[in-house]
Amino acid sequence: MAETTTTGAAPAAAGQKAGAGVLVSRRRRRFSLLTRHDKLILGLMVGIPLAFDLALIWGPTLASVVLSFTNWDGIGSVTAQNFIGVKNYENLFGSYLFFRPALYHNIIWLAFLTLVATPLGIFLAVLLDREIRGTRIYQSIFFIPVVLPLVVVGFIWELQYAPTDGFINNALGLVKSHHIIDWLGNPNINLLAAVVAASWRHVGYVMVLYLAGLKSVDPSLREAAKVDGATERQTFFWVVFPVMAPINVIIVVITTIESLRAFDIAYIINRGKNGLELLSTLITNNSISEASLVGFGSAIAVVLLTISLVPIVTFLVSVNRNPT
Amino acid sequence: MAVAAALTRPRRRPQPRRRQLSRASLHGVLIAMSLVWLFPLAWAVYEALRSISDTTLNGYLSLPSQGLSIGNFTTAWTQANLPYFYLNTLYIAVPGVIVTLLVASMLAFSISQFNWKFNVLVLMIFTAGNLLPAQVIIIPLYWIYLNTPLPDFVSDNGLLYDQYIGVILIHIVFQTGFATFVLSNYMKTITKEITESALVDGANVLRIWWSIILPLCRPALAAMATLLFTFIYNDFFWALILMKTGDKRPIVSALNNLQGEFFTNYNLLAAGALLAAVPSVLVFIAFQKHFVRGLTLGATKG
Repeated sequence: MAETTTTGAAPAAAGQKAGAGVLVSRRRRRFSLLTRHDKLILGLMVGIPLAFDLALIWGPTLASVVLSFTNWDGIGSVTAQNFIGVKNYENLFGSYLFFRPALYHNIIWLAFLTLVATPLGIFLAVLLDREIRGTRIYQSIFFIPVVLPLVVVGFIWELQYAPTDGFINNALGLVKSHHIIDWLGNPNINLLAAVVAASWRHVGYVMVLYLAGLKSVDPSLREAAKVDGATERQTFFWVVFPVMAPINVIIVVITTIESLRAFDIAYIINRGKNGLELLSTLITNNSISEASLVGFGSAIAVVLLTISLVPIVTFLVSVNRNPT
Repeated sequence: MAVAAALTRPRRRPQPRRRQLSRASLHGVLIAMSLVWLFPLAWAVYEALRSISDTTLNGYLSLPSQGLSIGNFTTAWTQANLPYFYLNTLYIAVPGVIVTLLVASMLAFSISQFNWKFNVLVLMIFTAGNLLPAQVIIIPLYWIYLNTPLPDFVSDNGLLYDQYIGVILIHIVFQTGFATFVLSNYMKTITKEITESALVDGANVLRIWWSIILPLCRPALAAMATLLFTFIYNDFFWALILMKTGDKRPIVSALNNLQGEFFTNYNLLAAGALLAAVPSVLVFIAFQKHFVRGLTLGATKG
């Protein structure tokens, strides 16, 4: 089977290369077709959005890095006296009580989505990939939470978690026996409660992406595996899963980024405090909503940026390695 | 070969029955999972349909003693003035989606149909920017918004901060990254010869973009429009931080304040949250195919 795929791919690749050669010469010719006016328009089409992107996304990213070395409070301008070296980072890793918990919370969030929600989504996709009756309906049901605003997801789960009025405590009989579990108030368990709500949404997301990937797998691969006597499980783990490598990377990237972006649910529960500290809520609480420790908050933003670069670079490398 | 066939044949015979059984258990698993998945939503609907006097008397885990009514929905609708907040969302989402599609399609057109030196770099800058968590840039962005003067006819306080135009702008800039990535992947599948022959015929690039490439991209544009609308509709963060006036906020960002002010019990909160979710669910139901295609276009590139 491996043989057939490699021999099948080789002529195609050769053909592509030959095609590319032809294209290059054509491209050169075509460039002369562009008038000066055309070139100006194309330049503006790229230049204007690029300027906005640099000014409102990459500029601020860079500014966060610079500000993280200052004690600026956001008022007036930044002067040389504001620069205090790495003191913000020393405070962050040393004395600041909430940094480590927030970092752990993001890691737990990521771990839960990676180890529980993502595999569940993949499992559902594999089940739904067969020709079964009602597959559309099942897909829609699992997908509904994905289209809801995260804030609404948070509220819907508050109705489950509320101490005396929530479904869970009532269903477990804890309200009657006065052994109420404060799912969202107890700092030892509210993170888990929040990440369960986030998973409700994440599972459907992964399912849809994976299902699309599964549909694009060449059916002859599976048939070949079947002819060779592989069970369905073996076929999935040894044939389908490896050829899905690009989509697996994307799912890992999306899961990681979603975990780093986690904000909305924690914010509406208690503004990201008392057990729900996340890097994202620390940034806004320190620098915008409650205090104006711009420099200190920026240092947290730089930590978040540094971690985010891992999935972002992974994604870019994977995209460039598998061009369309 | 023959031996193998002979060996496997007897084993295969009972397979139809086994397959039926596994089909049944497959549906069993899926139905059970579906019920679990629907439950939180169904519970919210149930709670929203019960009056507060009913649930106070009987507790939430009980059958309705006073029947079900849409009273909480109408109360939430009028008391919290929801139509007003829906309108705020529309002010942001409609221009946001339209401008993002125009800008992203122009960008995708220039980098996919022509061979510039920095094509890949430009695409990377936009894509990577879209993947950054919003909180990484929010501190300097907040400062920029507070310190950018705007003329009176676009901003009633003379700033980018606390204005629709400010929130629209950041949505456009942020979502352009995603939309450009998807659209340029789509446009790469359109042969460059079309652009080339149009140039030979004397069409200028704007004309080619508008009357040739955009019509060819209709499916991708429809998918993107659906997805962008949902993304912008569902956003909580930008309007929360970049707007101060509660009455200007779009519905999703306003929910948090409404929770304390008007949704004083869980029944009302359930009704309000569900009402806020209705437009995204309707868009999803109406354009389900586009929606899913948009997501998977981004992930699988076609």
